[in-house]
Parts: sequence; C-alpha cells; structure tokens
Amino acid sequence: MQQLLAGKTAPILIVLLAIGLFWYAAAIWMNAPWQTTLNQRAGLENVSATEFIGQTWSQDKPVLPAPHQVAGEIWNATVGTDIASKRSLAYHASITLSATLLGFALGTLLGIGLAVVIVHNDASERSLMPWIIASQTIPILAIAPMVVVGLGAVGVTGLLPKALISMYLSFFPVVVGMVKGLRTPEAIQLDLMHTYSATPWQVFSKLRWPASIPFLFASMKVGVAISLIGAVVGELSNNAGGGLGVRLLTGSYNGQTIQIWAALFIAAALAAVLVIAVGAAEKLANRAMGVRA
Amino acid sequence: MSATTNTGLSRLQLWLALGAGAVSVLGLALALVAGDAPVHLLAFLLLGTATLLRLRLPVPLWIDGLLMLMGAIALLLTLPLFVAEPSYFWLALLACWAFAWLFVERLSQAIRTRQLSGRVFGLLIPVLFGVALLFIWEVVTRGANVPQVLLPAPSQIWTRLLASVPTLVADFQQTFLKAVLAGYAMGCGAGFIVAILVDRSPFLKRGLLPIGNFVSALPIIGIAPIMVMWFGFDWQSKAAVVVAMTFFPMLVNTVAGLNQASSIERDLMRTYAASYSQTLLKLRLPAAAPFIFNALKINSTLALIGAIVAEFFGTPIVGMGFRISTEVGKLNIDLVWAEIAVAAVAGSAFYGVIALIERAVTFWHPSVRGGRA
Repeated sequence: MQQLLAGKTAPILIVLLAIGLFWYAAAIWMNAPWQTTLNQRAGLENVSATEFIGQTWSQDKPVLPAPHQVAGEIWNATVGTDIASKRSLAYHASITLSATLLGFALGTLLGIGLAVVIVHNDASERSLMPWIIASQTIPILAIAPMVVVGLGAVGVTGLLPKALISMYLSFFPVVVGMVKGLRTPEAIQLDLMHTYSATPWQVFSKLRWPASIPFLFASMKVGVAISLIGAVVGELSNNAGGGLGVRLLTGSYNGQTIQIWAALFIAAALAAVLVIAVGAAEKLANRAMGVRA
Repeated sequence: MSATTNTGLSRLQLWLALGAGAVSVLGLALALVAGDAPVHLLAFLLLGTATLLRLRLPVPLWIDGLLMLMGAIALLLTLPLFVAEPSYFWLALLACWAFAWLFVERLSQAIRTRQLSGRVFGLLIPVLFGVALLFIWEVVTRGANVPQVLLPAPSQIWTRLLASVPTLVADFQQTFLKAVLAGYAMGCGAGFIVAILVDRSPFLKRGLLPIGNFVSALPIIGIAPIMVMWFGFDWQSKAAVVVAMTFFPMLVNTVAGLNQASSIERDLMRTYAASYSQTLLKLRLPAAAPFIFNALKINSTLALIGAIVAEFFGTPIVGMGFRISTEVGKLNIDLVWAEIAVAAVAGSAFYGVIALIERAVTFWHPSVRGGRA
C-alpha cells in the first residue's frame, strides 16, 4: 500500500475519483431546479430523495449531464452508429482528425524550413525572428472564420481552409523550437566539422539536424495539440462540413448538452492520442539514434 | 571569385545585385516599348540599371537602401494610374524587392562585421521587413485587383478602422476590459492559490500535476458552448471560459516554480528557524517568479483567444468575436481585419506590460541581467 501511494498511479486515480464524485454531486445540484419544475408540471408529489437523484442524472437536456450519460452518448454515437452516418461521432472525429493532421504536417514542414533558413542566414533571422515572436502574442485564432469564409468565396472549401488554420497555429512552436535546436551544436563541434572539411550540407545533416531532434519533438507535442484546436475552431465557421466543432455548434444551438459533452470528450481523447503518438514517435527516434534513456 | 573581391559582395549578395539590375533592364526595355510609363517609374528603372556599374566600382549599401525607397515611392505613385497594372510594373516591384533584400543582406553583414552598430541598425531590419510586408500586401492587392473578400489592402483596412472607431471601442470594452481581464485575474489567481495549497501535500502534487499537464494540452476552448448555457450570453460566460483556459497553465507552472529553490537554500532558511510562510514568501515565491511570469505570459494570449472564440457561440450584439463572426458572414472583410488589428495590438500590449513587470520583479534572474548588459 505504501509503495502504491508513493508512485504516481494511485494519486492520479484518487484525484480522478474525487473529480467524478464531485461531478455527480454537481449534477444533482445543477439539475435539481429544472427537475423540480418538471415534477411539478407532471403532478408528481412525494418523490423520494433517491428517486429524485436518479431523475437528475437521467434528464434529456440536463444543465450538467452525469458522466454515465456522456459515456452512454459516446458509446451510442461511435460503436452504436454506422460510421458513414452523419450522426456518428467517429465520422465527425475523422473529419477533424484529417484536417488536424494535414495542417500539422504542413505546419511542421514550414516551421522546419523557416528555422533552417533563419539559422543559415543572418539577414532573415534579423528580419523574421522578432515578427515570429511578436505574432505569438496575437490571438491568431480570431482569423479562423475569415480564412474559412474568404477561401470559401474563391471556391476553396473542405479540408484545406481548416488545415491552413492548423498549419498557421502549429508552425510557430516548431520554428522557435527548431531555431534553438539547430543552434545547440557548440562552436567546438562546428570547428571539428570544419577540420573534416565538411560541406554545409554535411554539417547540417550530421550535426545540426540530429542535435535538434529533441527540440523538434518537444515543439511537435505543443504543435499537434494546438493544430487540433485550430481545426475545431475552423469548423465553427463552416456548418456544412461536419467535424467535432460543428457538433459543438449544433449542440449549443439545440441545447443538446449531452452531445456537446460527448464531442468535447472525443476531442480531448483525440488530443491525448495525438500527443501520445508524437511521444511514441520521439521514443522510436531516440532509440534509432542511440539515445540512452 | 574576381567579382567577389572587386565588389566586396558575398555570393548571395552578388546574385541579388545582378538580379536586381537585370530585372531593372528588362523592366526599362518593356516600359520604353509600351511608352505609357510614368516618369518616376522610368527614373527608378534607369537608376536600377545603372547599379550594374557595381561590377566595376563599389556601390555603398546606402545606395541600395535609397533605391529601395525610391522604387517603393514610384510604385505607390504608379498604382492609381492603371486599372490593370502593366508587366513592367511587376518587374519594377521585383527589382524593388531585390534591392530591399540586398540592402538588408548587406546591412546585417555590416552589423556582423561590426562596421555598424547592432543596437541602432539591428532594430532597423525587422522594422523594414514589417513595412516591406505591408507594402507588398498593399501593392499586390491593389495592383492585381485581388477580390476584397479574399484580402483587402492595408489602406482599406486603415480607413475602415478610422471610420468605425466607436464600434471597435465598444467591442474592445466588452471583450477585453470585461471578459478577458476579469477571467484572466480569476483564472491566474485561482491557479496560483491552488498551486500553493497543493504544494503542501506531496500526494496531491503527484496526483494533480499529471492531470494538470494533460488538461493543458486539451482543446479547453470547446467548453465555450457549455459556459454560454450556464452563465448566459453576456461577458460572464466568456470570463468563465478564460478562467478555465488560464487555470491549468498557472497551476502547473507555479507548482514547478515552487520546487525551484534548492535544498541547500531551504536548509539555510531552516537554520534561520524560518517558518513555513517565511520560507514561502522570502525564498520560494521569489525563486518561482520566472515560472509564474511564464504562465502569466502564456495566459495573456490564451485569455484573448478564449474570450474571442467563446463569443462565436453567442453573445449580446457587441464584442470582438461577435463582430468577427457576423461581419465575416456579411463579407465586410475590411472591418474584420480592423478588429483583428485591434486584437493584435491589445494582445501585444497586454503581453508587453506583463513582460515589463517581469523585468522589474525578476531583475536578479540571469536572463534579465544578460538582457541589460
């Protein structure tokens, strides 16, 4: 028992359990007023406390759905529904995921490319870097609707506008991380390459690039998480396309709280899977490069 | 190699110089054939051609800067003369851009070799880049008649911004002064207090920290529709979203920062018989300050994003996010850009203020001391 408590698993589980309990309690408290009204309208009197609690946990459009309701909705909308159907959360998640991945891939490539240029050219570092850092302080997500509608007006619809927003969001961390990473080789190591009379390409591929890999993965973990946010927000402006953002929006218009929570949890799961996948890729790359854990 | 030694230019600079000159020659020829070119553009192209003399005698870098400036003015003056800009106009733009690049390239070389002071001229380069970007945006959108719905010209955005100041001010008050500041203060405050409470219990720390780290990576912005249902359409619901978005970065960073004081420093406090609160106030919180300010800076951007995006889900008829989403629907893209410009300035100023406070508070930190020296 002592050992179990000293690790991380037990504390995490206990905290999660506490959150779950708190959630159920909050669901009773927040849904109670509406349930009382409902019962009065139905002419129900003398509802026992346990029965009332059960009612608050099984409303159609609760203020706060209980966890099992959300889990049930997720189950129904993924396993219980045909994947090709528009009601399937798996279908919407796949739309969001493809936009996220496309944008993330584009953003990472653009970020690496810019970082390489910045590291090798003094003038571009002096001109670009201050702007790249300044642009971090700007709420870029605000342009999402404009990108979607503007590109839609000239006939570009579907995946690409959302992917562009994701790309725009995810390339910043990659540039900043990679510039740092490509600069990690010290003067003495660069001098060594010089004594080998290495070409600039050899210096890059054999020294700078391998040295920057840890930074690349750290930036990619941040980048993939905000790519997902970009894709979801991009979907808010295009109701026709489908995706988790559209589920959030239609849920909010129709007061379908359970649907909102289900979409939210799927988005969270997607983010977790993506970050874990980048982490796994990092482990593989580390092993291939002979890094000792 | 002989050309390199003669002109004092690197290989990239030489190519840029030759390119700028060659494009000027081509533009000049086309302009003379067309015969309708205005005098100032002809003069720029002629002088651009003349810079090819640099193969024989050295041209100081300021000449390139001057040519860039002259080209920009000539292009702006030519812009209203044609409906569809002729080909030599675009060649002149290309030449102007090449001169600008060459100028910046030579300027940064001069700074690197310490011929010029980096402190003064180092600032000139990013400013020049920003202005050049705006300039190309203006010339291309107006010269190529880019549809306004795709990208309005900066001058259009600026006129629109000046024309709709009252709207923008009302939106700014609703979104920034109410939702963002209230939510930011509550979210960061709550994260800070919880971090200090959690810090006393290693058990809670082990349980909450991984969860906090995990939640920081989630698309928390998605709770916006729920918050709108709970707290209504007004700014309170947006502030609630901001609270949820800023809480976890603050929690995680403060807890990490509180672990910064080394055991030797804590031992020293113990030999002074310092109480828990004394150790906290005099040692651990100051040591945590860089981390806390890091969270404050991250959160300043997150807060603005959270409030704007939350307004996409429903709001009274005022607010930056509301304006952006409705005006996009009406295809008033210039007003949207004006709103984004306000958001950008507000976001940068917010960040800048926090960065200034950070400098004042963490004056002892190596990164700040290094910056001043």
